[in-house]
Amino acid sequence: MQYLDFEQPIADLEKKIEELENLSSVSDGVLNKEIAGLKKKADSLRENIFTNLTRWQRVQMARHPDRPYTLDYIELITTDFVELHGDRFHADDKAIVGGFARIDGDPVMIIGHQKGRDTASRKYRNFGMANPEGYRKAYRLMKLAEKFNVPIITLLDTPGAYPGLEAEERGQAEAIARNLKMMAMLKVPFVTVVIGEGASGGAIGIGMGNEVYMLENTWYSVISPESCSSILWKTWDYKEQAASVLKLTAKDLEELKVIDGVIPEPLGGAHRDPKATALALKKQLQESIKRLKKLKPEKLIDQRIQKYSSIGAYKKG
Amino acid sequence: MSWFKRKDENIQTAQKKEMPEGVWVKVPTTGETIHKRELEDNLYVDPLSGYHFRVGIKQYFEIIFDKGKHKKLGEDILSADPLEFTDRKKYSDRIIDTQKKSGLTDAASVGVGKMNGLDIVVGCMDFGFIGGSMGSVVGERFGIAIDYALEHKIPLILISQTGGARMQESVLSLMQMAKTSAKLARLDEAGIPYISYLTDPSTGGVTASFAMLGDINIAEPGALIGFAGPRVIRQTIGRDLPEGFQTAEYLLEHGFLDFIVPRTEMKEKLTQFLKIILHKK
Repeated sequence: MQYLDFEQPIADLEKKIEELENLSSVSDGVLNKEIAGLKKKADSLRENIFTNLTRWQRVQMARHPDRPYTLDYIELITTDFVELHGDRFHADDKAIVGGFARIDGDPVMIIGHQKGRDTASRKYRNFGMANPEGYRKAYRLMKLAEKFNVPIITLLDTPGAYPGLEAEERGQAEAIARNLKMMAMLKVPFVTVVIGEGASGGAIGIGMGNEVYMLENTWYSVISPESCSSILWKTWDYKEQAASVLKLTAKDLEELKVIDGVIPEPLGGAHRDPKATALALKKQLQESIKRLKKLKPEKLIDQRIQKYSSIGAYKKG
Repeated sequence: MSWFKRKDENIQTAQKKEMPEGVWVKVPTTGETIHKRELEDNLYVDPLSGYHFRVGIKQYFEIIFDKGKHKKLGEDILSADPLEFTDRKKYSDRIIDTQKKSGLTDAASVGVGKMNGLDIVVGCMDFGFIGGSMGSVVGERFGIAIDYALEHKIPLILISQTGGARMQESVLSLMQMAKTSAKLARLDEAGIPYISYLTDPSTGGVTASFAMLGDINIAEPGALIGFAGPRVIRQTIGRDLPEGFQTAEYLLEHGFLDFIVPRTEMKEKLTQFLKIILHKK
């Protein structure tokens, strides 16, 4: 288990408990009382730390290296996953994965950004930053799902669309724009969940669901706190402040009515209990799909266009 | 058309800008100087080099609409600072200061009028207002423009000039990409023409939404067009960018623009194009 800086007091306590437990097994349980006391202390410390996270700490949680990624959730909540590859124009983007699968027997199309877990796989997945071919692969898979009347699930987890030379050359902007317009008109139920980082156009480029949810410790914004700091304060040092003013947490977006709800995570984050997190995610997906399946194709499109058309805050002067 | 009544206070007509005599402007690319009046008469394009000086909403509306006559839509939609955003300065103060300084109400305006006799709706952005950034107001105003085109079955032109989505409205700005694109999907379905005209610069969330979704996408010569800005790309890839990278000419070469048209020929070319697809003589 890897610990974030603000988790250090918990890490220290957990280490001490482990040491005592090792001693205890040798000394026949005389330390049991002390261990129980420490465990209680650790529980209340966890409770205290994780229920009062700052926005920047939520961002850190969303980026936790042990956090479950798209393929982990696919493994945990679906069966019969048939991964499909390629955009039929240029390449197969490893930063976006997708394919048909079943959830409790029901067919779904599931697509998401994919990050890597070690140096090699992070590089292979381009840190979850898709190129145009990733968005075009998603386009193709969504249209396939529509053709076969299969509901679509997208899981967002990206630090942004890749800002590279070739990405520009192959039309990063066009690829995202075309997805937005296509997603508006999809005739099948479409649910989006932010499972980690929801950074800007790279996230919404596959994220225009009829319903949108965020896991508790995730963020979704037009820009990362670091880039926001560098543009508005001309230095990277104000990332915590930037995270705060960007109001980018699940709770913030629920209050802004941009998302339909927050999916709770186990205390300490999704990575502390991936199975429990996956179960909560699955429950929400099934509930949403069941509700959306009652709508006729034209109604699904109406609802989606209406949903996004009504987002914005302005006054009439 | 009956709504072309001058008593309407929204009506604006082209007014010859008062230019002090003997004012010379330097052309950045050549170092040559040009008289301001001559520049103005040539729609702020250097006649010698073809360099396009940046102009804003006021000038584009004067250029496109016959005699500059148009009716504005959605000017009463104004920023509400939904996040109570503060960086080195309060966002609400930044809006008020920019409004005073620029004479604009936000980074985009919508006008309805005639272009060589054709009824059209034009939405135009202005880099002079917080970098031409798209927040809730720009999204809503362009939404109104799309709805108007749909309702009246008349062509839509959106002119981009922007650094992208407005940071100070965070996720609400991001969602304007979805909003404008979703509305454009309906316009497309109804068979109504939409022309995207990209000017210098057009980057970020605007390019990654409505600006790349025209039936035709066209641009001014030399305009910077891209998703990520050149500085960010340079930092990411750790090497210099090729000459002419992300210019309109570069995008044309890579297949993302239908054509490039100088500002001085834009109105005639758009009219010519629209008349063909609208089956008009």
